[in-house]
Amino acid sequence: MSSLVTRVKLKQIEQLIAKGKRLDGRGIGDYREIKIEQGLIEKAEGSARVLLGKTEVLVGTKIETGEPFPDTPNEGVLTVNAELVPLASPSFEPGPPDENSIELARIVDRGIRESKAIATEKLCIEPGKNVFVVFVDVYVLNHDGNLIDASALAAVAALLNTKMPNYEVEDGEVKIKTGYTTLPLKSRPITVTLGKINGNLIVDPWLEEEQVMDSRISMAINEEGNICAIQKGGSGYFTPQQILEAKNIAIEKAAELRKKLGW
Amino acid sequence: MPTFFEKKQVVTPGELLAEGDYLAGENTYMEEKKIYASRIGLADLDNKRVNVVALRAFYVPKVGDIVIGTVKEVGFNGWTVDIKAPYTALLRASDVLSRPFKPQNDELSQVLNAGDLIVAKIASYDRAHDPQLTVGEPGLGKITRGQIMQVTPTKIPRVIGRKGSMISMIKQETGCQIILGLNGVILITGKSPEYEELAMMAIKKIEEESHTSGLTDRITQLLKEEKAKLEEK
Amino acid sequence: MNEKPEKLIDKKGCRLDGRKADELRPLKLEVGVLANADGSAYIEHGKNKILAAVFGPREMHPKHLSLPDRMVIRCRYHMAPFSVQERKSPAPSRREVELSKVIRESLEPSLFVELYPRTGIDLFIEVLQADGGTRCASITAASLAIADAGIPMRDLVAACAAGKVDDTVVVDLFDLEDKLGVADVPLALMPNLNAVTLLQMDGILTPEEFEQAVNMAMEGCKKIYAMQKEALKNKYMAIKEEVEEE
Repeated sequence: MSSLVTRVKLKQIEQLIAKGKRLDGRGIGDYREIKIEQGLIEKAEGSARVLLGKTEVLVGTKIETGEPFPDTPNEGVLTVNAELVPLASPSFEPGPPDENSIELARIVDRGIRESKAIATEKLCIEPGKNVFVVFVDVYVLNHDGNLIDASALAAVAALLNTKMPNYEVEDGEVKIKTGYTTLPLKSRPITVTLGKINGNLIVDPWLEEEQVMDSRISMAINEEGNICAIQKGGSGYFTPQQILEAKNIAIEKAAELRKKLGW
Repeated sequence: MPTFFEKKQVVTPGELLAEGDYLAGENTYMEEKKIYASRIGLADLDNKRVNVVALRAFYVPKVGDIVIGTVKEVGFNGWTVDIKAPYTALLRASDVLSRPFKPQNDELSQVLNAGDLIVAKIASYDRAHDPQLTVGEPGLGKITRGQIMQVTPTKIPRVIGRKGSMISMIKQETGCQIILGLNGVILITGKSPEYEELAMMAIKKIEEESHTSGLTDRITQLLKEEKAKLEEK
Repeated sequence: MNEKPEKLIDKKGCRLDGRKADELRPLKLEVGVLANADGSAYIEHGKNKILAAVFGPREMHPKHLSLPDRMVIRCRYHMAPFSVQERKSPAPSRREVELSKVIRESLEPSLFVELYPRTGIDLFIEVLQADGGTRCASITAASLAIADAGIPMRDLVAACAAGKVDDTVVVDLFDLEDKLGVADVPLALMPNLNAVTLLQMDGILTPEEFEQAVNMAMEGCKKIYAMQKEALKNKYMAIKEEVEEE
């Protein structure tokens, strides 16, 4: 909210939202068009590309073997990383991950982890020693707002598309055999992000709205309509009433998307 | 249309002070006809204006303020000066030399060098530009002797006292010259270091006890006692 | 590590550390504890021990990071290597980077950033000992440090978590409850403005449980807010009383 240009735009956006409309023609509760394409990277164990309006995110998954965490010796490991690739926006710079990409990765991670989407107990090879590690790498290819929802969708879509290598253990060594099974999944969480502009909540903020909104809230919702992760972001605040309203909208929108996607 | 505080009550940021037909004064803000404190301090009502006398604040430059600063850097046409504010001040070479500045002849570090102390006046300052200083008035310029101390800038009015009563009492009792920088930096020059320290002790005590009553009397008493001890030696 | 306990709440509704569901851990707050900082505070919240310090507003270094129309806030949340059971590497982890960001964003709404353009404040938080709920305790302490620095604020920010342990919604989870519990909802509040400035959650809650947790966390924040005000006033009242006793 720092330049004069955006102040003019803020006014324009605010006036529209007060009338229940948005700059790109959507209603305040509408998502942009969502397109999902799976399995487009052959060398990855799983992959998916999500288009959320013009926002484009590609997720690839890799499966390797490694050590489990000491406190969960019988469970596989999930590792999520996010790259804000410089070609996706003039505001992204090459270099080590900044706080925005780390936050994005951790929000995606929490949605999958807390909903127990991956049956990690089925990824154990040898308790305490050897388990499967699922790497989820989020690649933002075009930034037009709401990277969180696009990335969360792409991550789950990629996991749905992920092939598990067949293996056998011989003398304590893991041998990868030919053929694949699917990655065991238990849940398909959907993350819904709302922006707050001048006291109004809008669903799926796009870039211009993100530049003027004072805060956002993201909620991951599972099949039962329960909440499994939340993150507030931005330098503004929400009233308690707005939080409860956001919760209701998120649950409703997640159910709507779930139906549309057949998840 | 009530107020929600007793006179001189200590209030904290966010505390609701008044509602309705009041004006938001110093260290307060208004939101939807309600006035809240924005700093820890003592609440006070002056007609319809609600003020908080801050117990903690930092110096923000104002045009016309006398400040004491430290030269940080010698630039190619002036100096940057630390005035204990969020912004570094600038002093132009032409202001000190009172004539056009010639880079080939003038060696600025011989006039003022990094580490030098100056008494100066804020000549200009706004949101977009760093404060500019001037030393072109009597009593301003480089400091060559004396002792420097720093107090919270909000305490300077208390050190001055009502109509200057406190500061003139300290000057009289200690025989020191005292220059109060509104940025909280104070210069004390006396006939000997002992008297300078006496004045510093008094000012320190004022800073610590600024929000208590009967302070002038207590400080006078203290100075008289300490001076008597000093003179016995 | 201790063996995982069977139950985190006994039949009488008592938690492992003896608290009731809606009871906070003991809290101690102290303002102005560091001589070199412009403002500082120390918090002991249960076994959490955290220092917060503020420098500024001052010129930004490097200068190009400053903004023409507002003050920039930088925040570093950091855990001491000895603050947890297993030594934590002093290099900033991804968790610390994220927490630094959400803590900063929880405090920003309390500041009038437009008042001091082209400047910045630096907020340093050092967790000396961690026992669950360090982000909330950090926010509570950092807000006091900002007030102590004399930086104008809309309100103090108080923070407290609620969550679900076994089948019960409880307030202010300690480490073991956080690790073995069902869900954790950290929340920060500016109580006088009724504004929630931090909200996160992990674990699974029904919409009803979530609402209950939010209310419980807000009640906790209000109790902590009262203690924050006391701590701030205490620093200055101490001098006043000393003088009056003479």
